[in-house]
Amino acid sequence: MAFATKSLKAQHHQFANPAFQLDVLQQPLHGEPFPLFSERLQQHGLFPLRPVGTTILQVNVGKMCNQTCRHCHVDAGPDRKEIMTRDTLQLCLDVLAQAPQLTTVDITGGAPEMNPDFRWFVEELSKLNRQVIVRCNLTIILANKKYHDLPLFFKENWVQVVSSLPYFQASRTDAQRGEGVFEKSIKALQLLNEVGYGKEGSGLKLDLVYNPSGAFLPASQKSLEAEFKRRLRSGYSIEFNNLFCITNLPVSRYLDYLVESGNYESYMEKLISAFNPAAAANVMCRNTISVGWDGYLYDCDFNQMLELGVEPGAPQHIRDFNLAQLDARNIVLNQHCYGCTAGAGSSCGGETAG
Amino acid sequence: MESTYYNPADLKKFGNITELQPEMGRKFFDYYNEVFKEGALTEREKALIALAVSHAVQCPYCIDAYTSGCLEKGADENQMMEAVHVAAAIKGGAALVHGVQMMNKIKELSM
Repeated sequence: MAFATKSLKAQHHQFANPAFQLDVLQQPLHGEPFPLFSERLQQHGLFPLRPVGTTILQVNVGKMCNQTCRHCHVDAGPDRKEIMTRDTLQLCLDVLAQAPQLTTVDITGGAPEMNPDFRWFVEELSKLNRQVIVRCNLTIILANKKYHDLPLFFKENWVQVVSSLPYFQASRTDAQRGEGVFEKSIKALQLLNEVGYGKEGSGLKLDLVYNPSGAFLPASQKSLEAEFKRRLRSGYSIEFNNLFCITNLPVSRYLDYLVESGNYESYMEKLISAFNPAAAANVMCRNTISVGWDGYLYDCDFNQMLELGVEPGAPQHIRDFNLAQLDARNIVLNQHCYGCTAGAGSSCGGETAG
Repeated sequence: MESTYYNPADLKKFGNITELQPEMGRKFFDYYNEVFKEGALTEREKALIALAVSHAVQCPYCIDAYTSGCLEKGADENQMMEAVHVAAAIKGGAALVHGVQMMNKIKELSM
């Protein structure tokens, strides 16, 4: 299959429409409907799913990206113009200043660094003394001269860098993320290592994210981490801290890929048969609130892309943020949630059932 | 009766073999699951061995299952194809080594 450089939205593709995606998730194209995720939770005493105390504010600062990865649930790309404004970023800072329970700020995108107010936001966050995570796609560091100093900028602000590298070889990485991405990612990792990231004793954390390049589930985090460390060290002298294994969720481009390749039903069956109640009890939406580029609130980044806002009655926008009210909400569920509860579980921080 | 002997959908019904002989079936699956756990060999190494054996015994269900299994465990394509070559070498070698038996017989029957 040819690699698309345009987002689904720019192609006016039917999978750019969240309502269409939800229809496909509810009713498979062939065969019987899948068992409802909410019913599966009910069988294990987890329905309605409620927060356990929100500690992470995940801020999606925009859908613009220098890559158009085939599995991207955001449908991000160079043609996406949705960007969080400084006013909305300021609202996030105001919320954080008032809520010390929110100990971690997880900045994602798109490529978050492409938001013109990204550096200002990170600097303001570091004044608030929170753990700041940036989900960096690595290639952005080399994409333009103005980004070359990002490793130093991250270091100066004690940012925890979390970066996708779906495999330790070019073939599978490039098949998912685009031609030449592996080589650039390796170079970027070496630049991060040069300033101390991933090095023992530096205190500068560099974590990698593995997600399968195809219609299969990830292996155990522990065994893959050992293999990644061995291969990246011996092949490229690269050091990193942890490998997070993330299951691909059937949303947006990945859902399109599954349907297009004829793998949709069998992939859903895999997710459903691998349902793990221990993983379900620890899903990330129980301690995270996701903020969209326009300030609206969601239970997670996947719900955000499916335009499934937080439950009606709970504060809907960052300007109305109220942690007590949000912690009392029921989490909005749908069939894609099976992706977070399969096997050892999956979250932005990797496995959840360990 | 189905029109083909092999149906991909039957793979996920493998567990149903316990319906006609529950105890033996259960013991088999307990053993099977134990075998594939990480031990002196990693799960990835075991999946690669299983992939090679799948080709040697020419079981399409097993090839389907252990191709997915190897990808899931993080094996790369080179490792997977090398594993298939190991199976092919043993299968080919097993045929060829019998050539010695043939040569012995030739000697026995010839003047």
